[in-house]
Amino acid sequence: MSRAIQAHFKADRGEFQLDARFTLPGQGVSALFGDSGSGKTTLLRCIAGLEPKIDGSLSVDGEPWQSMDSLFTPPHKRPVGYVFQEANLFAHLNVQQNIQFGEKRLKPHERIMKMDDVVQMLSITHLLKRAVTHLSGGEQQRVAIARALLTSPRLLLMDEPLSALDEHSKQEVLPYLERLHDELAMPVIYVTHSQKELSRLADYMVWIEQGKVQAEGSLQQVMGRFDLAARHGEEAGEVMIAKVMQHDDYYHLSRLQCRCGELWVKRVNRKVGDEVRVHIPAKDVSITLQPAVGSSIQNIWPMVIEAVSEVSQGQLILQLSSGENGSPLLLSRITLKSFERLQLKVASHCYVQIKSVGLLQ
Amino acid sequence: MEMDWQPVWLSLKLASVTTLLLLLIGTPLAWWLSQTRSLFKQPIAAIIALPLVLPSTVLGFYLLLLLGPQGAVGQFMQRLGLDTLPFTFAGLVVASIFYSLPFMVQPLQNAFENLGTKPLESAATLRASPFDTFMSVVVPLARPGFITGIVLCFAHTIGEFGVILMIGGNIPGETQVLSIAIYDHVEMLEYGQAHILSAGMVLFSFVVLLTLYYMNRRIEVRNR
Repeated sequence: MSRAIQAHFKADRGEFQLDARFTLPGQGVSALFGDSGSGKTTLLRCIAGLEPKIDGSLSVDGEPWQSMDSLFTPPHKRPVGYVFQEANLFAHLNVQQNIQFGEKRLKPHERIMKMDDVVQMLSITHLLKRAVTHLSGGEQQRVAIARALLTSPRLLLMDEPLSALDEHSKQEVLPYLERLHDELAMPVIYVTHSQKELSRLADYMVWIEQGKVQAEGSLQQVMGRFDLAARHGEEAGEVMIAKVMQHDDYYHLSRLQCRCGELWVKRVNRKVGDEVRVHIPAKDVSITLQPAVGSSIQNIWPMVIEAVSEVSQGQLILQLSSGENGSPLLLSRITLKSFERLQLKVASHCYVQIKSVGLLQ
Repeated sequence: MEMDWQPVWLSLKLASVTTLLLLLIGTPLAWWLSQTRSLFKQPIAAIIALPLVLPSTVLGFYLLLLLGPQGAVGQFMQRLGLDTLPFTFAGLVVASIFYSLPFMVQPLQNAFENLGTKPLESAATLRASPFDTFMSVVVPLARPGFITGIVLCFAHTIGEFGVILMIGGNIPGETQVLSIAIYDHVEMLEYGQAHILSAGMVLFSFVVLLTLYYMNRRIEVRNR
């Protein structure tokens, strides 16, 4: 059951060749990640049945929705919820009528999601009687999400739901997406080109480039993969899950435990025992040969260099492990000059100092 | 001065029947034109638009030939044991449908095309079948197009002259519509009656257009 969505889509549009085959888990948030023009939105539209001209096969929970040349379930018969880049609300209906548009078309036994719960979860109760033209961008997108959820979909598809919003509205909507992730059982497929959204929301990811799948796996697996990290040069980093162990109210710090070791961060607003996601940017991980004495940096771990690659002239990314099982845990970005001065090489033991840790939730 | 109001009622009846039938014919036609990528789209759009540029007598002339006892349609109808259409009210309706077709199809086609694909795709992902989508999303959103189409068809049919003269003649109570009656009055130098009917037409047309512009403006403001 953990591998519930199997998809393969093929199209030849001259300059653009699509040929993507992937399998997504039947729960959690799976991201289709890639640059604009990579074909990720097209793939999402294929899953919804909005691209009838593209050949493909698709099965969800073992139930075929589409096959290469015989079967094609039209979009209105696929139990998916779709959130577009723009809210695309119906201008002739008010907020409540918009939200109930899909729900009204379900058979009674298919109505699993309850209007009150959904409306409350997205904090739009006070908007129900309004005309949709009088809503802000962020409000419109929340209404669109509610509208999709109320179709009680087996699969929620989201196509860069934040990309058409300004920074302020993004910050307004993002926490609701995180709530969906935490509170809903249904699988979500989320298209994005933003590493930030990817690391905050996704559990599983498929990395698409030029219509092809470059990598797929859990977020940790793929993000840690060297080629992906190297490509995202400046932004490269590791996302990991950490557990809150202790709060220090005097220094206003929290101690977290993650797969590399202990981590002291600015006090987090979570209970002891809660899990948080942290992002450690490769450029904020520096290397010393001895554990630093007299340094202001508190987070220092012994590690082993597993691989080295040059990401731009004079700039290297090191892939580090704790040395026990050799699986890559952390990325560090240093200059070629430092690398040679410290006489580092693959399998060198060293200490990493972590200058900053980003908290993602 | 004796006024005969029958032509006025006949004109209103003709315009109502024509508009209603055009709504039924024009809507699917406009929808097809707005969605198709067929090679026939442009030729068919051009044929529909012909009455806009042709003198109405040309249209009337060919309809007369086609529907008359020697024409293909006329012969077919006679074989079915029916009367031919020229010089009947039904003939006027058929002629008016051709004559006013672009006034229904073009505003609708524009309105449908302006909707774009987004509302259709949204509705499809919300479980609405194509027909359901058309009735519950396309029709309400294209309302200004429908209002424009209905009003223009109605008014244009009321103002029809050349086609009717060719195909309907001047039979009181059957084909003598308003515009023909005005022509008649002038011929007989009954300027008083001609004035009443003509001034009525001017006022009617003005009120119709003004209402149309106000209604469409109100919808625009509401949807902004």
